[in-house]
Amino acid sequence: MMGMVNRVVDWVDARLPVVDAYKRHMSEYYAPKNFNFWYYFGVLSIVVLVNQLLTGIWLTMFFSPNEGFASVEYIMRDVEWGWLIRYMHAVGASAFFAVVYLHMFRGLMYGSYKPPRELVWIFGMLIYLALMAEGFLGYVLPWGNMSYWGAQVIISLAGAIPFELLPGISPADAKEIGEGLTTWVRGDYLLSTATVNKFFALHVVAIPIVLLALVVLHILALHEVGSNNPDGVEIKKNKDENGIPVDGIPFHPYYTVKDLPGVIVFLMIFAVVIFFFPDGGGYLLEKPNFEPANPLKTPDHIAPVWYYGPYYAMLRATTIDFIMSSKAWGLVAMGGAIVILFVIPWLDRHPVKSIRYRGIWSKIFMAIFVLDFLMLGYFGTQPATPGKTMMAQFGTIYYFSYFLLIMPFVHKFEKSKPVPERVTGGH
Amino acid sequence: MKKLAVILFSCLPLVAFAAGGGHNEYVVKAPVNLQDKVSLQNGAKLFVNYCMGCHSLQYMRYSRLAEDLGISEELVMQNLNFTTDKFGDQMENAMPEAAAKKWFGTAPPDLTMVTRLRDADWVYSYLINFYEDESRPFGYNNHVFPNVGMPHVMAGVEADLGEDEFKEAMGDLTNFLTYTAEPVRLERERLGVYVLVFLGILLIPAYLLKKEYWKDVH
Repeated sequence: MMGMVNRVVDWVDARLPVVDAYKRHMSEYYAPKNFNFWYYFGVLSIVVLVNQLLTGIWLTMFFSPNEGFASVEYIMRDVEWGWLIRYMHAVGASAFFAVVYLHMFRGLMYGSYKPPRELVWIFGMLIYLALMAEGFLGYVLPWGNMSYWGAQVIISLAGAIPFELLPGISPADAKEIGEGLTTWVRGDYLLSTATVNKFFALHVVAIPIVLLALVVLHILALHEVGSNNPDGVEIKKNKDENGIPVDGIPFHPYYTVKDLPGVIVFLMIFAVVIFFFPDGGGYLLEKPNFEPANPLKTPDHIAPVWYYGPYYAMLRATTIDFIMSSKAWGLVAMGGAIVILFVIPWLDRHPVKSIRYRGIWSKIFMAIFVLDFLMLGYFGTQPATPGKTMMAQFGTIYYFSYFLLIMPFVHKFEKSKPVPERVTGGH
Repeated sequence: MKKLAVILFSCLPLVAFAAGGGHNEYVVKAPVNLQDKVSLQNGAKLFVNYCMGCHSLQYMRYSRLAEDLGISEELVMQNLNFTTDKFGDQMENAMPEAAAKKWFGTAPPDLTMVTRLRDADWVYSYLINFYEDESRPFGYNNHVFPNVGMPHVMAGVEADLGEDEFKEAMGDLTNFLTYTAEPVRLERERLGVYVLVFLGILLIPAYLLKKEYWKDVH
């Protein structure tokens, strides 16, 4: 039996380097042995991605974009196990962002974007961007009232692009271009099932293809340069006589068996939400989405899902019309807040990679940044009041200051600890 | 960096209390108990007799209701279905939307998921908080939903039953609407326990496997 399996493997391997690929990415991919808690979120992102793809495929079998709302209820009530698949998909979207945010935060803490891992970071950011698009498109599909009004707000942003700043374009022309653009995005003069059909195609085909390609690139780029670790020590600088990093261990079996219990614990938390709190207290499935889209009935408070909170807060934080409309400034703030993440590898000029060995100011400013991001996220989901808008303005200023003023210069004002030659801790 | 992790996670509850809308002093806790089939059956009876003239349950099938509430097809078709709809049909009603808009100012909404759109407490409190108000077209107003277009359909029931029994009846109705909002809820929670037990057991060998392999990592 084994002889036959080997013959098949040899036959394939002579035509496609499967054995080589297995070694490169699994059994002879040497990962630092000191990964900690924060290193689970990469594999968890893959787990959630697979969950979204599989449940998504099954939802596609029963969902009809022409009757979005009714067909979701059909899935929830009449399709065998439809409720479970739908909750797994809807809660999975939030889980995806949760693990990706923690994964990104890990990179921020340990300087995982610093040379030679800039491309790994950039591919990761592109994944994040694709994920935001995917999340928004998917959010519109159930065609509840919050889907409708959320889409209304986001699509109207296309009309806020300040084309009048371009040479030779009058404000009237700019308005017309903006209107044309929003009509093009909607695929109709009003938000309608034409929009839902369009978003459905993008949500189930276009973006997932991009997402999968980016995930492959993210991992290929990572395996080319090797993983960073909590100490920010390059394990490839310390190799034994066989050329194997002394502080490295083969990804398989060591990290596959280490990830397994981590994945199970994650699934337990995931299951608790799916089976006992699928609405997430109105944060995962929002109350207004339990009635169909209604152009005549604006919800009391149009809120984005929690994972867009920080950016929505920044979008609303701008209140002054200066050269451009305040809405256009909001667009700049929101877009800038995402674009800036792409250039972190070049903004961070700290000689020390990991936060562990950086000085006290790096730690304090990063802790404030975390609180700031959470605060913005909270205000993004709340109705705007003058006080909250002011807090969001402070939050936006700190967000940009952190990347533009603190990151490039903080090392000049603090004393870092010596970085060890070898990684610390074994588990 | 453990400290940062602790700070991060201790902030999560801050985010969690954010749900919920405006406060209304009349909103009280609804007596919801999906295990109580007698209450659900009474709620179903009240719904089809007093509500369904105007409000549909368009995502709820008679057959599903019969199965979940333990009522036979015959009884459902005789006592709960006053339309020409079949047993497997959804619980629609015959009120034309345009006419309804004219009569009440707004078309009576479908109520299949009203307890998820608002919440059970709101629905219950709304039902028990009608009061006489001559300035309104139907002579009644509501503390929870001021100037609502709906008349006090239950006025007769309230007068017949007296306060306590009326509240109990409205509790049953709310309970029933909590059921229709998500018929699978009990099954979901029941299954969740098994899934967690399964994963909990699976965690043990997975953890031991990890420990075994990592013995030689120093």
